[in-house]
Amino acid sequence: MRQFRSMIYPYVVWLAIMVVVPMLLILLYAFTKEGNSVTTFRFTLENFTRFFSDAVFLDVLKRSLIIAIVTTILCVLLGYPIAYAIASGPEKSRMFWILMITMPTWINMLVRTYAWVGILQDDGLLNKLFGLFGLEPVKMMYTTFAVVLGMVYNFIPFMILQIHASLAKMDKSLLEAASDLGANRWQSFLRVTLPLSLPGVLSGITLVFLPAVSSFFIPKLLGGGQYVLIGNVIETQFLTSGDWNFGSAISLIMAIIIMLSMYFTRKVDTDPSANGRSE
Amino acid sequence: MEPRKSFWKKALLWLTALFFYLPIVYIIVFSFNDSRSLTKFSGFSLRWYEKMFSDSSMMESVVYTIVIAVLATIISTIAGTLAAIGLSRSRRMLRSVVEQVNNLPVMNPEIVTAIGLLMFFSALGIDKGFLTLLLAHIMFCTPYVMLSVSPKLRSLDPNLADAALDLGATPLQALTKVIVPQIMPGIVSGALIAFTMSFDDFIISYFVTGNGVNNISIMVYTMSKRVNPSINALSTLVIAIITVVLLIVNIAPILKEKRRKKV
Repeated sequence: MRQFRSMIYPYVVWLAIMVVVPMLLILLYAFTKEGNSVTTFRFTLENFTRFFSDAVFLDVLKRSLIIAIVTTILCVLLGYPIAYAIASGPEKSRMFWILMITMPTWINMLVRTYAWVGILQDDGLLNKLFGLFGLEPVKMMYTTFAVVLGMVYNFIPFMILQIHASLAKMDKSLLEAASDLGANRWQSFLRVTLPLSLPGVLSGITLVFLPAVSSFFIPKLLGGGQYVLIGNVIETQFLTSGDWNFGSAISLIMAIIIMLSMYFTRKVDTDPSANGRSE
Repeated sequence: MEPRKSFWKKALLWLTALFFYLPIVYIIVFSFNDSRSLTKFSGFSLRWYEKMFSDSSMMESVVYTIVIAVLATIISTIAGTLAAIGLSRSRRMLRSVVEQVNNLPVMNPEIVTAIGLLMFFSALGIDKGFLTLLLAHIMFCTPYVMLSVSPKLRSLDPNLADAALDLGATPLQALTKVIVPQIMPGIVSGALIAFTMSFDDFIISYFVTGNGVNNISIMVYTMSKRVNPSINALSTLVIAIITVVLLIVNIAPILKEKRRKKV
């Protein structure tokens, strides 16, 4: 059994260097000033106070959170019926639709986001379609609508796949039992299907919220240069203004928000009273 | 199921397909557009492809993307497989620590991983460019290979390798002749994930590269600031490459199976 055990050690060293050290650097930079050369830095909370005392940054944070939450809610509301429709089909059609949902995720996200630019233009495909119904063209490019649409488009496959996985795992005889016991379709959905698929919904929420809150090229491509989310602020700090300390602090704030939201999502998942599972 | 209900389900699913595939089809169609417009199709032409193939920076980015993806896939598949085998035989303490750290790049927002690497490379004084891009890609691909190989190792009978060793196989033989063939499906799917992750990556590449070394995603991002229909041609090329790779990976096992049945 001992054979091959030593094969892990080079990878442990690699992980320490390539994963742990960069994370520690973010911490170090976030809590220091003038840290670009290792010998002159001093510890400070300045980067954090600068962020939380500036209304502009707080606005950006608020907007990022709202957009991520709206995206996540839309993904649940749209993704659940889609996953349900897939899961209720016969085996062959299920495999086909899972493939159909998975395939776009293999294609470059940036390319797929850019593809919407032509569709959302003032004289684009969508407005031409509206025109057929006699509607006035609507400005969609460079609006919040476009940004949310881009996020839902990119991230909803994760939600559908997660919900489908938990629906497919479900024991179908439970539904028969429910109807034998006199539940109608709606009741057995609410009391059996929904609670059993909740773990899938929750992991879908994590998989959508995380990239949505940190996204920076979707707002840039579909929201325009004026549309700033927290990811764009981080990008600017690192690639334009060169304030790595402040940029690290913002990333840390974002990472903590994500960790907290994941923690609460997990908590709902394991709390039996929250989803009707009584064990 | 009542036919009316199943009609609505089908309608919903085809509408979803339209939502997913319309933009992809749209960009392919407009890559053949005769004019600069992104909204009016004025006739078929290959001029944007001609422009793309004669643009050296675009072609360079295609070459860099493929070279990096191939190298990162080979290295991370070998390293990830070996590490996963080693991990499956390590003490529980070490295993759980490695699994946690391994998950950091998977669970962290990409932009956080990206700035960490950016600061790390600059602290070491490594010039941003090909090497930093390759190292970063190996770093984020390897965990995915391990995540896809590890489940296969868990279902593997550990006595098999021991039996091979008892029967006089060298450790290398036991590894290549006994363990690897049995976990091959996991290795192949890990390699596929690694390739597409590397080929499609934008965020991490964007932060860690420099000195004119760009991949396709960075090219699309920088060009998208102005209307430039060559982006459509480049995007179509990206879609074509990934589709071919997916087809090969999905069809190869079927063909192999057929050939085996014939023999």
